[in-house]
Amino acid sequence: MLSIKNLSKSFSSAGEPVSVLRGVDLDLRAGERVALTGESGSGKSTLLHLIAGLDAADSGSIRLEETEVTALSDAGRASLRRNRIGLVFQQFNLIPSLSVEDNLAFQARIAGRHDAAWSKELIERLGLGSLLRRYPEQLSGGQQQRVAIGRALATKPSLLLADEPTGNLDEATADDVLALTRDLVARTGCGFLMVTHSLHLAAKLDRHVTLHAGRIT
Amino acid sequence: MSAERISRRTFAGGIAAFAFARRAGAQGYAGLGDTADGFAPVTPGKVFAFPGDHGPHPEFRIEWWYLTANLTDASGAACGLQWTLFRQATQPGPQGEGWANQQVWMGHAAVTRTDTHRFSELFARGGVGQAGVEAKPFIAWIDDWEMRGSERTDDRTLAPLTLRASGIDFSYALTLEANRPVVLQGDAGYSRKSERGQASYYYSQPFFRVRGTLSIDDKPVNVSGQAWMDREWSSQPLSPDQSGWDWFSLHLPDDEKLMLYRLRQKDGRENLFGNWITPDGRSVEIAAPANSLTPLAMTEIDGRKLPTSWRVSLPGHGLAIETAPLNPRSWMGTGFSYWEGPISFTGTHNGVGYLELTGY
Amino acid sequence: MRRALWVLAVLLSHWRRHKMQFATLLIGLIAATALWSGVQAINQQARNAYDRAAATFGGVRTAMLVAPNAATFSQDLFVKLRRAGWPVSPVLEGRVQLNGHSMRLLGIEPVTLPADVGNAPRLGAADLTRFVAPPGQTLVAQETLIDLQEAEGTAPPISSGAKLPPLHVLPQLVPDVLVVDIGVAQRLLNKPGQVSRLLIGKPNGRPAPLQSVVGDQLQRVEPTAETELERLTDSFHLNLTAFGLLSFFVGLFIVNSAVGLAFEQRLPMLRTLRACGASARMVNTVLVVELVVLALIAGLIGLVCGYFIAAALLPDVAASLRGLYGAQIPGQLTLHAEWWFAGIGISVAGAVVAAATSLIKAIRMPVLATAQPRAWQQAQHRWLILQSAAACAVFAVALFLLRYGESLIAGFGVLAALMLGAALILPAFLEIILLAGQRRARGPVALWFWADSRQQLSGLSLALMALLLALAVNVGVSTMVETFSRTFIGWLNGRLAADVYISASDNAQAIAIRNWLKDRGEVQAILSGGRAETQVQGQPVELFGLPDHALYRELWPLLEAAPRPWTRLVPGNAAFISEQLSRRLNVGVGDVVEVPAPGGPWELDIVGIYADYGNPKGQLAVNVAALIRQFPQTPQTRIGLIVPREKIPGLIAALQKQFSLDERSVADQATVKAESIRIFNRTFAVTSALNAFTLGVAGIALLTSLLTLANSRLPQLAPLWAIGITRPRLAAIELTKTLSVSLFTALLALPLGLVVAWCLIAIVNVKAFGWRLPFHVFPLQLIELVAVALLAALLAALLPVARLARMQPTDLVKVFANER
Repeated sequence: MLSIKNLSKSFSSAGEPVSVLRGVDLDLRAGERVALTGESGSGKSTLLHLIAGLDAADSGSIRLEETEVTALSDAGRASLRRNRIGLVFQQFNLIPSLSVEDNLAFQARIAGRHDAAWSKELIERLGLGSLLRRYPEQLSGGQQQRVAIGRALATKPSLLLADEPTGNLDEATADDVLALTRDLVARTGCGFLMVTHSLHLAAKLDRHVTLHAGRIT
Repeated sequence: MSAERISRRTFAGGIAAFAFARRAGAQGYAGLGDTADGFAPVTPGKVFAFPGDHGPHPEFRIEWWYLTANLTDASGAACGLQWTLFRQATQPGPQGEGWANQQVWMGHAAVTRTDTHRFSELFARGGVGQAGVEAKPFIAWIDDWEMRGSERTDDRTLAPLTLRASGIDFSYALTLEANRPVVLQGDAGYSRKSERGQASYYYSQPFFRVRGTLSIDDKPVNVSGQAWMDREWSSQPLSPDQSGWDWFSLHLPDDEKLMLYRLRQKDGRENLFGNWITPDGRSVEIAAPANSLTPLAMTEIDGRKLPTSWRVSLPGHGLAIETAPLNPRSWMGTGFSYWEGPISFTGTHNGVGYLELTGY
Repeated sequence: MRRALWVLAVLLSHWRRHKMQFATLLIGLIAATALWSGVQAINQQARNAYDRAAATFGGVRTAMLVAPNAATFSQDLFVKLRRAGWPVSPVLEGRVQLNGHSMRLLGIEPVTLPADVGNAPRLGAADLTRFVAPPGQTLVAQETLIDLQEAEGTAPPISSGAKLPPLHVLPQLVPDVLVVDIGVAQRLLNKPGQVSRLLIGKPNGRPAPLQSVVGDQLQRVEPTAETELERLTDSFHLNLTAFGLLSFFVGLFIVNSAVGLAFEQRLPMLRTLRACGASARMVNTVLVVELVVLALIAGLIGLVCGYFIAAALLPDVAASLRGLYGAQIPGQLTLHAEWWFAGIGISVAGAVVAAATSLIKAIRMPVLATAQPRAWQQAQHRWLILQSAAACAVFAVALFLLRYGESLIAGFGVLAALMLGAALILPAFLEIILLAGQRRARGPVALWFWADSRQQLSGLSLALMALLLALAVNVGVSTMVETFSRTFIGWLNGRLAADVYISASDNAQAIAIRNWLKDRGEVQAILSGGRAETQVQGQPVELFGLPDHALYRELWPLLEAAPRPWTRLVPGNAAFISEQLSRRLNVGVGDVVEVPAPGGPWELDIVGIYADYGNPKGQLAVNVAALIRQFPQTPQTRIGLIVPREKIPGLIAALQKQFSLDERSVADQATVKAESIRIFNRTFAVTSALNAFTLGVAGIALLTSLLTLANSRLPQLAPLWAIGITRPRLAAIELTKTLSVSLFTALLALPLGLVVAWCLIAIVNVKAFGWRLPFHVFPLQLIELVAVALLAALLAALLPVARLARMQPTDLVKVFANER
């Protein structure tokens, strides 16, 4: 479903090009849940951003189902994100001026894929039913991350990408959130790629890959 | 009633209205279909006296000096021109001095060729010398347009005269000669316009020979031909149910002339009047039920349908002709608008003349 | 489309959570649009009125033929020209006395009147017949009818006893004009066969050369785009426009800071939107649409406010213009569609300009945030240097204009450049002051006070700049008005020498009054004056006849004089010149001026220059007897009397009874003076009103800037609170900071304001009105203004500070919890 071949990316830092990814190869089957670990600065987030089309690769190929992500225009990548990818960040990135309910529905609405039944189920499974009228600043971290996950899955994406989703949460909450995510991923049958620095959490997914020196090992 | 509905020959009385219509659309016609209160009446039996009657008759409401000419230039191309001075009194009574004078004057001038028709109009108030007519020596003028006689001008023939006028895109200067006296129209100069007594005093000089220069867009050409002048004055010439006018002045072969007009009534009926003028100057009214005027072709101008080609049939005079306009678009788009242009005719008689259509 | 609406909804949700910010944005746009379009509405109204005046049946908007000596000429020339093909139309103009009013009588000839005379009133067909045919009509404006207290259809007599044709209202006509048929005018003015000028219409052919028709009896005067009145009132409207523009910019300052903050706060939201799959193009488009929609709404509200401002100010403007220039502006506001469109347009354009930097920032924003600490200090430093450099450039322009500028526009240019430069350099000034304070500070809180004030500077500087400008303009204008007021009153005392003034309706009555007065014992002297009008070097000039009396010698205010000026005046070959005319003609004492007079040119030695404040016309003062010799037609209807004070009321009553003179025709000195001062005060009524408005807008700018800053300042204040400074103390410190920067600004505004006043008095005034005033400083007034400024700052700072004082500790704690 997701097939990454020989992906490279470098940044310039203080005038010197720094290669972050040096020929990454990675495959994800439909419904597969993969953890991506690596040291700080190993390029985990960069890889995730490239898959999501938030950034452009220098070379190599990212194929999501039948789509070559690296060949897409800006608008094409936006459409890809809207319709087929769910994104979860460490900082939750909710919209502070929207209520929980609106935050949840927000991506699905932009994508024009709002599904009331699915949305209801999500709210139920995420346990957000009583919080719908609240604003993000009135929620705890765990609650905020659950809203973010709900937002990402509301479109029933093909692939859920999570960048340290539990980084701002305590261990118990983190386990909780991950368990919930795993269940939901199983329910939708989408692929799941999670960046984490926690081996403990990484162990809870189907597969565990590590990014080291710009390559997947 | 809009000013367009009124014919000029019967009704140029609307001069002031024309002047004013220029600024405010057609309105404010001083009720010429109504009564002639305070103005001199037109009665049969008038004895015409010249040169006096060449001059103005301010005690009558309206009056005009109307000249049309059928010309050809050096290359033989036909053209026509018009020079008209109208007078209207806004109020009856003694003539006011200076600006208090109640006469208003209007001039129309036009030239017509097959491919173009140019016209211009002028307005003036009487009393100060901007426009007027004097009988001896004869002169009719408005601004720099004039029809002027001289020491040599014969009171009976009203010739020779010089004539000039100009607009923004044309001008002409001509001399007029005639060797026959003026001709009284209607019944000895009394021209009846309806059964109810509306009438005018009317005489013509149809025998002018013309020579001069005509200039369109600053290109002068020498022209020559014949011209016809009408003099008419009245106080109340049209009855309220008359709607318009189709008028012919025809130069027949061998110096015979025909003046012919049809008055249209609002109820669709029409009256045909005219005079047949022989080369020796005799003028006979034509009145026979068999006479007929029939439109043949229409020209549409500004949403109006105008009959610009005609069949004329006067069985009593052995005349059966068809007329065709030199330029079917000879439209006078002046404050008071009408169709006036040169025509030619063929049939039992061949020749040229002028046609006027009003009230369409 | 649906997607775009969702994005718009998300963007708009920001405002729901930041209502004050939203209000700030709208207030800025509304204030900018309202004052600008209010002023435009007034200017438009005035311009229409001038147009109406200029176009009145072939005014100066039409080319014309006149006699070289400006006298009337025979209408035979009219006929001659018409018969040579000239499309001319005669006009006879004169003045008549009607119900105690002096009115302009215009005789026209409607049949030949050129149809294309501007927006001149037009006559309908039926109207034309009624106008020309006896009894004819007298066309007047509605206002004139009211002034005359006559009903439509009446035929009032003029002072000669002749009756006007029945009055008829023609709505577009200018006030104080009677329009009649030319024949009627010739009769009423007793000028049979005479005309004043010939209007030239569209030619109908090729007229003969003028010379060949009338020789040199007539000369052609080309139409002028600008009338005398417009030239005079230009400066006034420029003044208004300058105020409007100032307010507009101040409003845009507000918009700029509100939009800037809102965009800054919304950057994370924009990123999230993009991450969730809203394309860059859509987000940017929606941002622009949002701005334009807001600008449209605010523009509309602003226009309505502008309308009310204009409607409220218009009577004052009309009074000012009438007082200053005798220009007649209807007090009722009428607006054209263009005004509304222009207003909306300026609102949108202003919003886009004010938001441009923020928009560009948002459009260029990468999806992924690059976490860079805000090096505010470096940025601020660079910004200060750049801005100060710009200020220096602008000052250089001001100097250049001051040195080489000649026109009124250049005068205003100096002013504008000075103020802009001062505004630009203000932050640098404040930075220097605050830095000095910081260096000398002892104790950590004091140090923080100065340092934090410096950091706040960039956020507040726009508001402070607005405050500086508003204050400086205020100081400048009020100094000028006060100066003017003192000078004017002093001058008035000198000019109003006689105790009683009489204005007779005509010469016959004047003679009767004089004879009657000879027998009155209490009258110590009868002083006859007189006025005639002529032209010198194409300028309209008033000749003022001065009686030869000791009183005038004592009181008449001469600015400059040759030896024994009054004695030299008596023979009639010398004159005093008014200051304005002397500047305009560049003529001084010792020069000679040649005045065209009916009997031929009249050469006058200039032996003195006198102040003639408030008179738009140039004036030459000559001996009254000489004036009447040279201009025999001069009406001698003005009489001044020297009467003991206590006898004045009795004499006036007797005069009124004897000659049935109304109150306008007899007045004592005190009444005239009071009237003059009243007119003068109204003259500057608009200026003061606009002054107050701009100060108000600057106050709003300060308030909104502080409000927006207040929110972003929590992270700075929370640590201080955490280390043990109480909330009330924090609030007090905040208040002190705001007040102190405002005070510094106000103190800087004072010298700037004085420079502005000097510019107004020494440059703009001289160029606009032709006279120069002595320069006075009024310290009390200045102190008052500083107090007002501080009050405005206090009010503006109070709300955010009160909020801070009442803030819950949890809100402050949140700063630490939410910080990322």
